[in-house]
Amino acid sequence: MLKKIRVAVSILIFSLLTFYFLDFAGILPSRIHVLGHIQFIPALLSHNAIIVCLIILALLFGRVYCSFICPMGVFQDIASRCSKKKFAYRKNNPVLRWSIVAITFILFLSGFTIAIGILDPYSAYGRIAVHIFRPIYIFANNILAGVFSNFGNYTFYKVGIGILSIFSLSVALLTFVAIGVLAWKKGRFYCNTICPVGTVLGFINKFSLFKIRINNTQCTSCGICEKNCKASCIDAKAKTIDYSRCVNCFNCVKGCNRRGVFYAKKSKEIQPAVDKGKRKFLLAGLAAIAAPKALAANPAAQRKVAISPPGSVSAERLMKRCTSCHLCVSKCPSKVLRPAFMEYGIGGMMMPVMCFERGFCNFDCTACSSVCPSHALVPLTKEQKHRLQVGKVIFIPELCVVHTNGTSCGACSEHCPTQAVKMVPYKGGLTIPVIDVDTCVGCGGCEFICPVRPYRAIYVEGNKVHQKAKAFIVEKQEEREVRDFGF
Amino acid sequence: MDRRAFLKSLAVVGAAFTLKMKGGMSVFAQTINAETELPVDLVAVIGGEPEAMFKRGIEEMGGMGRFIKRGQRVVVKPNIGWDKVPELAANTNPFLVGEIVRQCIAAGAREVIVFDNTCDEWRKCYANSGIEAAAKAAGAKVVPGNEKSYYSSVSLPQGKKLKKTDVHKAILDCDAWINVPVLKHHSGANLTISMKNLMGIVYNRRIFHISNLQQCIADVCTYNKKPVLNVVDAYRVMKSNGPRGRTLEDVVLAKGLFISQDMVAVDTAATKFFSQIREMPLEHVKHLAHGQAMNIGTMDIDNLNVKRIRM
Repeated sequence: MLKKIRVAVSILIFSLLTFYFLDFAGILPSRIHVLGHIQFIPALLSHNAIIVCLIILALLFGRVYCSFICPMGVFQDIASRCSKKKFAYRKNNPVLRWSIVAITFILFLSGFTIAIGILDPYSAYGRIAVHIFRPIYIFANNILAGVFSNFGNYTFYKVGIGILSIFSLSVALLTFVAIGVLAWKKGRFYCNTICPVGTVLGFINKFSLFKIRINNTQCTSCGICEKNCKASCIDAKAKTIDYSRCVNCFNCVKGCNRRGVFYAKKSKEIQPAVDKGKRKFLLAGLAAIAAPKALAANPAAQRKVAISPPGSVSAERLMKRCTSCHLCVSKCPSKVLRPAFMEYGIGGMMMPVMCFERGFCNFDCTACSSVCPSHALVPLTKEQKHRLQVGKVIFIPELCVVHTNGTSCGACSEHCPTQAVKMVPYKGGLTIPVIDVDTCVGCGGCEFICPVRPYRAIYVEGNKVHQKAKAFIVEKQEEREVRDFGF
Repeated sequence: MDRRAFLKSLAVVGAAFTLKMKGGMSVFAQTINAETELPVDLVAVIGGEPEAMFKRGIEEMGGMGRFIKRGQRVVVKPNIGWDKVPELAANTNPFLVGEIVRQCIAAGAREVIVFDNTCDEWRKCYANSGIEAAAKAAGAKVVPGNEKSYYSSVSLPQGKKLKKTDVHKAILDCDAWINVPVLKHHSGANLTISMKNLMGIVYNRRIFHISNLQQCIADVCTYNKKPVLNVVDAYRVMKSNGPRGRTLEDVVLAKGLFISQDMVAVDTAATKFFSQIREMPLEHVKHLAHGQAMNIGTMDIDNLNVKRIRM
C-alpha cells in the first residue's frame, strides 16, 4: 500500500513536472509551476515557508522528498527499474558526502551558486528536460504538424528547435548519462553519495518520527529486503538500516513476506548504522565543471553588460539565487532567455540571460518571473514590467540604413513599445530614429529587428542593476472628428 | 501542366489582358453600376460599424459572389502583427475579419484560411487581437505563419530590389485571397495599408528594411497572385506611434472602410482619408508612387468610378 502511494504520487509529480518543462503550447495550467516551488533547493534559496514545511515533512516522515517529490529521484527509479538489477548492502561514505555538502556550501557563500545548480537534483533534471527531452518532444510535434498540415489540419504547429546553449546541453547530457548509468547499475547511488540534498535530508531522516524499521523477532535475515533496496542501505544479516541513505521507497516493506520490515513511529530496538567508508568516487557533477567546455557564447554581442532577466534585479542577485533549472528558459514564449555561457562570468554559467537573436521580450509578458521556483526572478505584475528597465538602448546613426542607404526603414521604432525609439524627419522626407534612454525598457525589439549586419545600428546595453524606466509622455492630441471621405 | 506552369501562363494571359484595361483592373470581376453603367472601381463607406460597412460596401462592389466562386479555397489575410487588443487598433478589426469569412463561406468557398506573419509572438497576437476567435467562429481555419517551413520561394521578375521572396503556402495553394489591412500610421513606411500588408505573407522582412523598404513593398505587390479584393479597415485608425502604438491616445474612431481590387487606388483613398486626421502627403507614402510606376495600380482615383456611402 505504502509503495503504491509512493509510486502513484511520484509518477504524478514527475510526469506533470516533466511535461510542464516540455509544454511549449501551454497545455498545462501555469499553476503547475508550484511543483518547482516545492523542490528542496529552490525552496531553500527563496527563503520562504516552503523550506520549513519540507524540513518538518522530513522530521515527521523521513526522506519522502527524495522518493515522492524529487524528479531526479524518480528518474533514477525508472532507470533502475528498467535494469531490473538486484542490490546489495554497501557501506556508507559520510566523509565524501559531507565534503560535497561543505564544498558546495563554501562555493555558494563565495558566490558560486553554480555548484549548487549543478548538483541540485531538481535543477539538473530540469536541464535534462529542457535540453534533451524538449527538443525530442518538439521534433515529434513538428513531424505531426507536418503530417497534419498536409491534410489541412493545423491542430499542431511547428516550433523551431535550436540548441539553446552548447555548454548547457553538454552539462545536461553528461548529467543524464552519468546519473542514468549509475542508477541503472546501482540504484540511488547519486542520491546517497553525491547529492547534497540527499545528505542533508539523510541526516534529518535519522531523527524522523516515522521510519522503516526491522522487526527483529519476525526477521529471518533472508535478504529479500536488501536485494530490493535501491539505496543499498539495508544490511539484512546485521538487521540494520542506514537511515542516512534510506529514501523511504517502501520497496522493502512491500517485498517482505513476514512483516519483518515495517514503517512506523516506534521500534523495538534501533541500531545506528554508521560506517566510515574509504572509497573515493569521481564526482560526476563536479567533473562537469572542470570538463572541457564547448563554446556557446551568443553571436556578435555588442553589449558589455549582459542583460539579466526581468525580475532578477541584477546579475549579482541572480547569481546568488539561480540554480539554472531552466524553467524560465523553457517558458519564455519569445525565445529570449538563453542559458548563459560566460556572459556573467564562471559563477553565472548556465543561468538565464537575455538574447535578442530569435526574439524580443514581450512587453506584457511576465512568464519567466512568475514560474521561477527559487525566486531568483521576483514575480512581476504587468504594470511593474511595463516600467522595468533591464537595459538601455544605444543607437549608432552611422550604421543606420536610413543614413547609409538613404532609404526608409524604421523597423526599430516599429517594435518599440514605449517609443523610446522614435522616428523624426530626416533628409528628403525620410525619417531616422532618435532614442530616449529614460523611457527605454530594454526589451530588445529594436535590436532583434534591426537589419544591419554584422553590427546592428541599434542594440541594448544591459543595466547592472535594473532600473525603473520613466513613464512615457502621452501627447494628448485634440480630438479630430472624421466626417468626410477626404477625397 | 503543373500548377506553377499553369500559374505562370495564367499570369501572362492576365498581364496581356490588363494591358488593354485601364489601371490594371481584372476583367473577371467587374461590376456594373446601375446608374452610370460604369464598373465600380472603389467603394468608400463611412459612419458605420465594421460588419455593417462591409456588408454595404461589398454589395456596392457587386456582392462577394463576384470575387469568390463556389468551391474555391480562400485566404483572408488580415494584419495580426501585434499582441494588442482590438481597441488599440494595431490589428485588423476582428468583427470585420469575421464578416468577410462568413461572406466567403456564404459565397460557396470550400475553405477559408486566416493567417499572418506576426511581429510579436504569434500565439499572443492571434489570441489577443480577437481575430483567431472571430475567424474560427465564422468558420475559418486559422493557421500559423511562424516557421520558415510554412513558406515557399517565389520569384518576383518585375521586382526592382526584391527579386524573390518566401511566400506563405496558404497563399500559394489558395484559389483566391482577400487582403484585409488596417489603416495605421507607420514609423518606417509612414502609412501601412494594403500594399504594406503583403509583408505579412512573406517570411523574411529584414531584407525589405535593408534594401529600400518603400521599393520592396511595391516589389512584393508585383507578385502575380494578387488579392481579388483589398478591404481597408479604417474603423479605428492609429494616427500616431504606429504601427505598434502605445495607448488609446494613438487611436481615432474614424469609422471608415475602403474596398477595391486595386491596391494602389484603395491605399491612395485611405491615405487621403487619413490626412483628415493627420497631415499625410501622398508623396510621403512612397510605395504608392512606386506601385503606380510599376503598373500595380493607379493613384489617380479621381478618374476612377468611386462609390461613396455614408451610413
